[in-house]
Amino acid sequence: MPKTWRSHVLCAYAMAILAFLYLPLLILALYSFNESRINAVWSGFTFDWYLALFKNRRVLEALTNSLIVAFASTIVSTVLGTTAAIALNKYQYKYKSVINGLLYLPILIPEIVMGLSLLVLFSQAHIPLGKTSLILAHITFCVSFVVITVNARLEGMRPELEQAAMDLYATPFQTFRYVTLPLAMPGIVAGALMAFTLSIDDFIISFFVAGPNSTTLPLYIYAMVKRGISPEINALSTLLMLATIILVIIAQLLQPQHISKKEE
Amino acid sequence: MKEMIRLQGISKKFGDHIIIPSIDLTIHDGEFITLLGPSGCGKTTLLRMIAGLEQPTDGKIFLDDEDVTKLPPYKRDVNMVFQNYALFPHMTVEENIHFGLKMKNVPMDEQKERVEQVLYLTQLEELRKRRPQQMSGGQQQRVAIARALVNNPKVLLLDEPLGALDYQLRKNLQLELKNLQRGLGLTFIYVTHDQEEALTMSDRIVVMNKGVIEQDDNPDTIYHTPKTKFVAKFIGESNFFEHPTGETSVVRPEKLNLCPEDEENFTHPEPQLYGTVVDVVFYGTIDKVFVRLDNSNQTVVAYQYFDDVKRWQPDERVGIWWQPQDEVIVHK
Repeated sequence: MPKTWRSHVLCAYAMAILAFLYLPLLILALYSFNESRINAVWSGFTFDWYLALFKNRRVLEALTNSLIVAFASTIVSTVLGTTAAIALNKYQYKYKSVINGLLYLPILIPEIVMGLSLLVLFSQAHIPLGKTSLILAHITFCVSFVVITVNARLEGMRPELEQAAMDLYATPFQTFRYVTLPLAMPGIVAGALMAFTLSIDDFIISFFVAGPNSTTLPLYIYAMVKRGISPEINALSTLLMLATIILVIIAQLLQPQHISKKEE
Repeated sequence: MKEMIRLQGISKKFGDHIIIPSIDLTIHDGEFITLLGPSGCGKTTLLRMIAGLEQPTDGKIFLDDEDVTKLPPYKRDVNMVFQNYALFPHMTVEENIHFGLKMKNVPMDEQKERVEQVLYLTQLEELRKRRPQQMSGGQQQRVAIARALVNNPKVLLLDEPLGALDYQLRKNLQLELKNLQRGLGLTFIYVTHDQEEALTMSDRIVVMNKGVIEQDDNPDTIYHTPKTKFVAKFIGESNFFEHPTGETSVVRPEKLNLCPEDEENFTHPEPQLYGTVVDVVFYGTIDKVFVRLDNSNQTVVAYQYFDDVKRWQPDERVGIWWQPQDEVIVHK
């Protein structure tokens, strides 16, 4: 049967690709539970490295920095991105596609270029490197993602709904408050989760614009690696990975296509 | 009758594109008026201008003697039923109906009472906790009407509200809507391209074409004495006859009578035309008989009821006659 033969090969091929993608991550996670300090040898199961992490003052400091930066940049970029998406969606004007393109561009620009250009900007503007510069930098790349997700949600929304609200005596503000905002909310939440994930994970841009007392988790991990890979790093990376995966899954579940299917 | 809406020299342009050159129209209190015309004739634009969702380029709109031309939609005492209902998907039926009252800050007790009344009137009591997407098209349509009616608007605007429903449901809802309007004594402005709907429901029909009112009359007059060729063509079927004087007249197919060419001792008037039957199509209640006229390429259609003398066959020779009062002169 050539058909089953072919499907077996395809299946094996798919498995190989998945293994290629996820094996390194799995091994990293596995060795975070390894008793031995040396990565290559498995000597038994332990949670010690995780416990050690939470006793390490510098790790906790990096985590705090990461969370502060992530929350601040998420809140600001969500508000900015949502308002931008609503405006872009509502009004028709010349060069609309150009402006849309400009909003998407930060996603495509190499991060190293973004990081460098932000560093130059901050030093020219005499903004000291630290949490503020970090937050500003994270906002710049998070906004684009928020605009895209909110825009996708708004595009699926019929303009008649807002017109109906206005016809039913709702002022423009009430229309926004009771109709536009609740309908756009899944997109806004998804955008915010994306922004949070990107901020927590970011290394390259942060590397350029972070200053003293603003070491984030990825930066700290990098610093640790330079001193040799320890199971502690594995544990920290595993936690970071887990948090990211959970956030991405939630964001995916809130994506417009899931919602519109339910509503039809 | 009291005047409810007056449109004074209303015109609408989108850029260089003229949708409505200039329209004057008066609508009375309690009237069921239909704006009828093909798509793109400006009927929906006119309705949206009355609602305030579109601004006229020129002219004035009076609602109950008040100039509302510049008022935004949320300050106008009219409500609209949208073509695709535009129900709020994140609200239940009840919440949808409450919306207008809530925005107007109507006291809570009164809100409840009025919503109950409307739910009863539209037979939606059982469905109050449903969301729009869990309901059929006909039910959603009811919610859309309830949501507008609950506000006691001076005028209810309906933009092809039955367009998305299937034929049988549409027939039933047509009657329901008409009864509702009569019972409440409300002014309805109804937009449709369906001539049958317009004829059965309206007190008055405004036939529009390219932003111009072709005729504004009651359904009976519109059907039996169309003023223009467009009206005769758009509403019902028509046979047009060009006269040597340059005039055009129209005779409805049910007014054309057929008789055998060689009939003798007849009591009806002399046949005006002769021809050959080319086709007979069975339509249930009638036969549509298509006759090619002698000495011309024109084919006319006559409706024959089965209580008439005989059923015609293709290739039969026939005489065609009609009463002079059934022939109407129309303008181009």
